[in-house]
Amino acid sequence: MKIKKLLLGDEALALGAVNAGLSGAYGYPGTPSTEIMEYIQANAVAKERGIHSHWSANEKTAYEEALGMSYAGKRSMVTMKHVGLNACADAFVNSGMTGANGGMLVAVADDPSMHSSQNEQDSRFYGDFAFVPVLEPADQQEAYEMAEYGFRLSEKSALPVIIRLVTRLSHSRATVEVDDAAAPQNELHFPSDGKRWVLMPVNSKRRYPELIKIYEQLELESESSPFNEYIPGSDHSLGIVVSGIAYNYLKELFPKGIPFPTVRISQYPVPKGMLRNLSEQCDALLVIEEGQPFIEKALRGVLDNMVPIHGKLDGTLVRTGELNPDHVRDALLILKPGLDELKKEEPRAQSEITVPRPPSLCKGCGHRDVFGALNDALAQYPDARIFGDIGCYTLGYLAPFNAIHTVLDMGASITMAKGASEAGVHPAVAVIGDSTFTHSGLAGLLDAVNEDSNILVIISDNLTTGMTGGQDSQGTGKIEEICLGLGVSAECLHTIDSLPKNHDNMVSLFKSAIEHKGLSVVVSRRECIQTVRRHGAHRGPKATD
Amino acid sequence: MKTDIILAGVGGQGILSVATILGAAALKEGLYIKQSEVHGMSQRGGEVQSNLRISSEKISSDLIPTGAADLIVSLEPMEALRYLKYLKPDGWVITSTAPFVNIDNYPDEALVMRHLEDSGNVVAFDMDELARQLAAPRSGNMALLGAASPFIDISPDKIERAISSVFSSKGEKIVADNIKAFRTAREKSLQIAGM
Repeated sequence: MKIKKLLLGDEALALGAVNAGLSGAYGYPGTPSTEIMEYIQANAVAKERGIHSHWSANEKTAYEEALGMSYAGKRSMVTMKHVGLNACADAFVNSGMTGANGGMLVAVADDPSMHSSQNEQDSRFYGDFAFVPVLEPADQQEAYEMAEYGFRLSEKSALPVIIRLVTRLSHSRATVEVDDAAAPQNELHFPSDGKRWVLMPVNSKRRYPELIKIYEQLELESESSPFNEYIPGSDHSLGIVVSGIAYNYLKELFPKGIPFPTVRISQYPVPKGMLRNLSEQCDALLVIEEGQPFIEKALRGVLDNMVPIHGKLDGTLVRTGELNPDHVRDALLILKPGLDELKKEEPRAQSEITVPRPPSLCKGCGHRDVFGALNDALAQYPDARIFGDIGCYTLGYLAPFNAIHTVLDMGASITMAKGASEAGVHPAVAVIGDSTFTHSGLAGLLDAVNEDSNILVIISDNLTTGMTGGQDSQGTGKIEEICLGLGVSAECLHTIDSLPKNHDNMVSLFKSAIEHKGLSVVVSRRECIQTVRRHGAHRGPKATD
Repeated sequence: MKTDIILAGVGGQGILSVATILGAAALKEGLYIKQSEVHGMSQRGGEVQSNLRISSEKISSDLIPTGAADLIVSLEPMEALRYLKYLKPDGWVITSTAPFVNIDNYPDEALVMRHLEDSGNVVAFDMDELARQLAAPRSGNMALLGAASPFIDISPDKIERAISSVFSSKGEKIVADNIKAFRTAREKSLQIAGM
């Protein structure tokens, strides 16, 4: 039986996976993907069945854990944000070579417009690179349905399958029709072809041509996919190629039907035949896709095209940022200025008196004390550089602290500080959070230990993964032990509570650590104010909202 | 019916609860809903905005085009102004007048109010103050929902039922406080709008 639920795109995918017989979800929190795992953690069926839903240390460990479950024949899913796919790229690309056994979904949420990210990378490129099929739901209902479809596709092709979400789908709620019962889980069973799971050259050389052949088969699969569709239109002066969530904006503009022949793509590899057919009957093409111009690049050669192709690369559509109905309307009006149906009154002007309201560290946040003390400690060193990392404390870059000089990726604070110190920078200070430290800081700290690098590493420990809303952090309660285990000497490892009353002590501790020749690590600790409130609400009197 | 609403406020003010409750009420009515919101970095005291679309017909886009919103519903006056370009010419602005000043360059408050008054159809009063007067100090967001409710084609009973169910885990007093704020603000809004 079907029931209606109001679900975020993330939640629809999560429930779809549970209902399709998921046995384990793995992942590392990252906006806008976090709610996939959180939904499974709270789901009654998942609890009853003991579906794995514990956070992993990083996306690479999560990916390999999910692949291990797939190897054992069960259905697994790994969740991450787009840049998380970089962190597990080694595992991901090679899992095209090993393939999957039990169905495996790689749920990746891209963040066009960079609401909460460093870049706009588009995961569809990764799929093509690794010969892995990609499904790109247009709405919450498809996100739900693609979980089951994706597991079947994964088992049929014996490959992992990417489900590519984008912010606007991940974080938008809609009414979704879902099954009221979950399908049975797979039994434990090993792959029939064991060789491809051992990627020694002898096996890889056999596997690679096979993988290329499977990908060709997948192209044919795309031609008949229920998620790829040719929609006839009467005006052949333009053909439209539209993918994923962009389809919704097109439908919004033409409630009575799209006048131009349209190919809608939500399953990759790109269905070449459908596109060839469209281009043969149209005078020009417009490609509308959320993210980077993936389909457009595939269509547009270096040499002259058969038909003019319009999209992000020729400026018909905005090149950066997420799409919206206005962008799609503007693009269509550039190509078809006479399209009266799309014309509308000029909207009101943007108010001139509003000013941006940037995010800031919460009142009562320990990161504030770290940056306050650090700025005071470094006042006498004009050449000091602070290498930052990914988390709430990245906000230390903004006023009033203006304290951070670099932010690259998870874990880069320690390693970039090390490299800079070797170039002669002093003081070189790394500021990294506890969750980011266990995600990708450990190996870098080992490098620094081995060379006794002349840097100060501040681990600003708030006992949680704060930025994404307070998920369990894998190093909680173990940070000092981890540092000692990596070889940081006990004399150079300090712990202090990040509290306003400790300001002077923090300043002098930072100063003496900077003056120490060689590696110093300061663990500055205070529980995240948001999780304190939540814990307080559980224990103490109930809050209003 | 079809109502497109831009919900606005500052991270932590409780604007997403307003969206949750309206969503729950609309679902009970058998209506279609799309509600888009942004999580993550912006929730740390930054501007927060949600697109809420409720309709008896299927909804395509998660985002409301410019010039198409029926309502701007805001817990903060400058945040209401930020989204005016999305409002229909005959749309309504429902906003709290209490400024949330967490930035140095917040514009002159009197100027913000003047711009609001000039924006057309406006219902503006201090939602937090109303909640305080009712001795329900944390119900400012439900007061805002009450003020917006006359402009949304869902019966107030249904919205109240959704408030009860969303807050039920927090105890009867909280539910009663929030409903009181909802009702009082609804009455006040009906008066101001001359409905």
